[in-house]
Amino acid sequence: MSTTTQAPTRTYAAYSAPLWQRLLLTREMAVIALTAAVILYSIANVPNFDGPLTIKFLLQDIAPILLIALPMTLVIITGEIDLSVASIMGLSSVLLGVLHEGGMSVPAAALLALLAGLACGALNGFLIAYVGLPSLAVTIGTLALFRGIAVGLLGTKAITDFTEKWSDLATGTIGETRIPLVMIPFGVLAVGFVVLLHFSTFGRGVYDIGLNDEAAHFTGVDVARTKMVLFLLSGVVSALAGIYFTLRFGSARGDNATGYELQVIAAVLLGGVSIFGGRGRLHGVLAGVVLIGVISSALRLESVTVNVTNIIVGLLLVASVILPNVLAAASSRLPRKATPAAPRESQPPENAASAGVTTRGSDS
Amino acid sequence: MTTPTQTPHAEVSTGEALLVQPSRMSPTRRALTTVLRSRELSIFLVLVAVVVLATTKNNSFLFSSDGWRNFLLNPSILVLLAVGQGVVIITRNVDLSVGSVMALTAYLTGRLFVDHPGLPIVAVIAACLLLGAVLGLVNGILVAYGKVPALVITLGTLYIYRGIMLTWAGSDRINAGDLPREFLRLGTRSVLGVPMLTIVAVVVLAVVGYYLHTARGGRELYAIGSDPDAAVLYGLPVRRRLLAAFVLSGALAGLAGALYTARYGTVSSGVGSGIELQAVAAAVIGGIAIFGGSGTVWGAAIGAFLLVTINRALPSLGIEDFWQRAVVGALILGAIVLDRVLATRQARKLAESRDRS
Amino acid sequence: MTASDTAAPVLELRDVSKSFGPVVALRSGSLRVDGGSIHALIGENGAGKSTLVKVVAGVHRRDSGTFELGGDAVDFSSTADSKAAGVAVIYQEPTLFPDLSVTENIFMGRQPLARGRRIDRAAMIAEAEGLFTRLGVRIDPRRPAAGLSIADQQIIEIAKAISLDARLLVMDEPTAALSGVEVDRLFAVARSLRDEGRALVFISHRFDEVFALADTVTVMRDGSYIDTRRIDETSPSELVSLMVGRDVDDLFPKVAATIGEPVLRVSGLNRSGVFHDIDIEVRAGEIVGLAGLVGAGRSEVARAVFGVDPYDSGSVTLNGKDVRAHDPRSAIRAGMAFIPEDRRKQGLVIDSSVTRNVAGVIRRGIAKAGLITAGMESKAAGPWASRLEVKTSALDMNAATMSGGNQQKVVIAKWLATNPTLLIIDEPTRGIDVGTKAEVHRLLSELAGQGLAILMISSELPEVLGMADRVLVLCEGHITAELDRADATPEAVMHAATHHLEDAS
Repeated sequence: MSTTTQAPTRTYAAYSAPLWQRLLLTREMAVIALTAAVILYSIANVPNFDGPLTIKFLLQDIAPILLIALPMTLVIITGEIDLSVASIMGLSSVLLGVLHEGGMSVPAAALLALLAGLACGALNGFLIAYVGLPSLAVTIGTLALFRGIAVGLLGTKAITDFTEKWSDLATGTIGETRIPLVMIPFGVLAVGFVVLLHFSTFGRGVYDIGLNDEAAHFTGVDVARTKMVLFLLSGVVSALAGIYFTLRFGSARGDNATGYELQVIAAVLLGGVSIFGGRGRLHGVLAGVVLIGVISSALRLESVTVNVTNIIVGLLLVASVILPNVLAAASSRLPRKATPAAPRESQPPENAASAGVTTRGSDS
Repeated sequence: MTTPTQTPHAEVSTGEALLVQPSRMSPTRRALTTVLRSRELSIFLVLVAVVVLATTKNNSFLFSSDGWRNFLLNPSILVLLAVGQGVVIITRNVDLSVGSVMALTAYLTGRLFVDHPGLPIVAVIAACLLLGAVLGLVNGILVAYGKVPALVITLGTLYIYRGIMLTWAGSDRINAGDLPREFLRLGTRSVLGVPMLTIVAVVVLAVVGYYLHTARGGRELYAIGSDPDAAVLYGLPVRRRLLAAFVLSGALAGLAGALYTARYGTVSSGVGSGIELQAVAAAVIGGIAIFGGSGTVWGAAIGAFLLVTINRALPSLGIEDFWQRAVVGALILGAIVLDRVLATRQARKLAESRDRS
Repeated sequence: MTASDTAAPVLELRDVSKSFGPVVALRSGSLRVDGGSIHALIGENGAGKSTLVKVVAGVHRRDSGTFELGGDAVDFSSTADSKAAGVAVIYQEPTLFPDLSVTENIFMGRQPLARGRRIDRAAMIAEAEGLFTRLGVRIDPRRPAAGLSIADQQIIEIAKAISLDARLLVMDEPTAALSGVEVDRLFAVARSLRDEGRALVFISHRFDEVFALADTVTVMRDGSYIDTRRIDETSPSELVSLMVGRDVDDLFPKVAATIGEPVLRVSGLNRSGVFHDIDIEVRAGEIVGLAGLVGAGRSEVARAVFGVDPYDSGSVTLNGKDVRAHDPRSAIRAGMAFIPEDRRKQGLVIDSSVTRNVAGVIRRGIAKAGLITAGMESKAAGPWASRLEVKTSALDMNAATMSGGNQQKVVIAKWLATNPTLLIIDEPTRGIDVGTKAEVHRLLSELAGQGLAILMISSELPEVLGMADRVLVLCEGHITAELDRADATPEAVMHAATHHLEDAS
């Protein structure tokens, strides 16, 4: 055996499969392809789907889901879950309304609402990351708590008199295009989250925690701080989505966005994130959100009721998590492939002992 | 190591004795200590406190025929759901689809009475139980054989079942006028001052509670939730038990749907939405650990009573009832933080008792 | 042993194999056990004993080979099947339900019933008390299984297996956590079961136990059957050479290293219920062995030193600098590396690639402004994988698909990449084939020769004695002996590991 002082004796291929395979034969690409297929089908077959307003309304509808899906993806990759996001949306909506009604300008009120979202995330994060409570139980609790505060503050009233300038901003489009303005902050955040998850040491830690939090802890990943940061992000982005939601519909209500948490989670899981943590990529998730949006938009244009959309989303969700397991079970029943190729080392093994070790595959 | 001057047992507190050497206590004392230290009793005392507080502010909260009736009647439906949910959570799973199942069977009840006016009430209720059981079975099969967490599966079926209900109902609404009078009477009738629905809920609770405590199958549910891998190694029929738990939860949600229709007389599209989280909350507040293996359905039922009663008590206590959900949320958080504190204390006691032995 | 001589053997396995993906855990296992006898199954870690046991128990389904019980071919698809066929198994790791009482743990699924199919709790508790009396232990049958010591948990497992009234009882290292008295009682029970005509399979690493208890012994190596001997016709040295398959001296290539300044200083480390007053010093170039029974607190001490677990009092310094308690990052920064006992759960992110694992600790160093790409990682990981001769076709292969030895090389590569001054290594060769085992031993020796301080925990006495310059022995959370290489005999170590009470008084 070579020692640590000697020069490396062999080199390895970085990847076992060519680039195109690694890019195309993935769960994410399957979701993207499905989304593209549904869009093409809808353009061809659904009247008005290619109409000028479809894309605007579609993007406006899914914008809150797109936004919250960003931090939710990271949260679920660490193996946790945040069910309180829609309640934080509701709370930020109410705060924006109440503060604005009390004479505060929209930006100032929105800033306070964002801070409230941050505080909500801090409560979740503290209980989950530092007290060590299960996120499912904690966020069921805070789901009720935050929504309860929102409803408690405003009752069944709605606050609707927002300065038009700000409402217009929420419903406006970028220049002459049909892309809503909200896509700009979303785009910035999306880039930020992609870098955070896929190109930073923090993101590597996120995956390690999800795959095996004990091993992550043993290699010096600060598991608690990572989770705390993610719940903070989840809180503040949810508050942002709540502000957008309020301004878009020009209405601050306690029950705004009720049930959105399940839609976000459904989209994230559909996009290929494993509920066990450790697996998933952001482009798949964003495709998952768009897929759900396109299906409901197309069905609405076909004047199919919302209910069918629910059924389809539910079926997609169940199928997307069941299918990989069924396929894995089926492939393990098949007879094993022929014996693996003999190892081709760049140098022959130095002693008989290591020659007895079976290796898999061959060098490329 | 023990100090040589003292025997190890002399310094053991009652709480620790109950933990490490329960057999050293007399049976009566053991039973008494177990009850006194139980989560069920403490949550029951909280319930009593809420009722007493609300009644002192407003006499009619309990001491009026309406007050008494509502106290017993309002929680019954949530009790049924909490019992089913409790059994599922004990196995380290969760059933989020109960609200949608309840909506489906609530509508089924109305539909059956509208389409087949002569149908006996028992047959309708049986149909609801059956439909609920089938929907629960679907959940159970997907969870037990698909090896996917129940959270995801039942989140999916929450959508699917609700979608089916809405599609089936369309813009239909079931109104009291569509329903036979005897059926509606079922929802409001009392026997010896106790509403029928409450009796149904208590009977279900007693049967399930007794089964969990004294039947092999019941104990196996706890074992599965306590350590699923060990349960497999042990050779327990894990899949069959999981199916049974989900079927029970579905069937009870089905029953709850029928009783909902009897109680309120109308079925709109929003029936039971969000109630799944209340059922989970009731179970957690009642002391069922969210990761399974411990707790009782008695606790879940008391938790359900507490949730509903707090809701009704808030106005009497001078708080707008809009704050009810916030109180519920705070209760859930309080319950799980308390569980953690107690568990940490217990672990420390066990470690100390190891040092001494 | 009259009837059983002519009758079919209780258990007969021939050429049984089992693979997990590309990893062959059992190549060709054979075992023949007669009624009324105790059959020892021995072999090094990774020889396939536990896999064989799990095939018998119905946990794993064999890929090929024959499997007969009492002359009938059987094919178990679950542990329920094996139980029904009269097979009781005590696994290496206790498998208890922490929330349930000790009694329920023993009788789960087959509780005594009273009228109306109601569980008869009184009868069940009485029966549990009877079992504990027979085993000579005092465990309250009503207490929860949570919080039991490893030894007590093992005793519950034994009680569980005995209560099954099985015709075949398999014990996979039942004594690993037991003290001398407890082992004696277990042996008495085992002998009485044998005299009732039952068949017992006994897996152990301790030759004294094998020779004290067993009638016959089967040796396995590298997943294959090697030989079966009557116990009175063999000797420990013969068994060792059968187990290892070559000269034993080869195994521990200890090279003399110059021992330098103290690197690690642990003083007065305490954790309530786990370990007490632990003082350890490891110097540069020195290998210090930490020996003791399973559950004596060895791994717990290591984990506390590295900071993954908290401790109540005491201090840890590395190269004269304090290491913060319960903060592995502080330990890593100070120059500590820790290779934990459980590779799959703690050592590796097992479902991640070789690249990500090897670069797992150093990634903060190779990142630029916190940003990192897969390319940067594989560039940094490649040389380290190569230095340790990790056998993989590409660096993005999943660590889960590799053999135990290769996985261990990945873990070692990951930590050597941090350029540590102290390496704590817990069970360095558990679950590793013989060839890689020797490589790991040679590597540890070389690293010590280069001045690395090494704290090594091992349950394999030959490994400790062969590798360590100094041996610390732990018993029930206390250090009960410190032995120099010259004084460290198996007897001295085992005495210190099991006789805490006598020594303390």
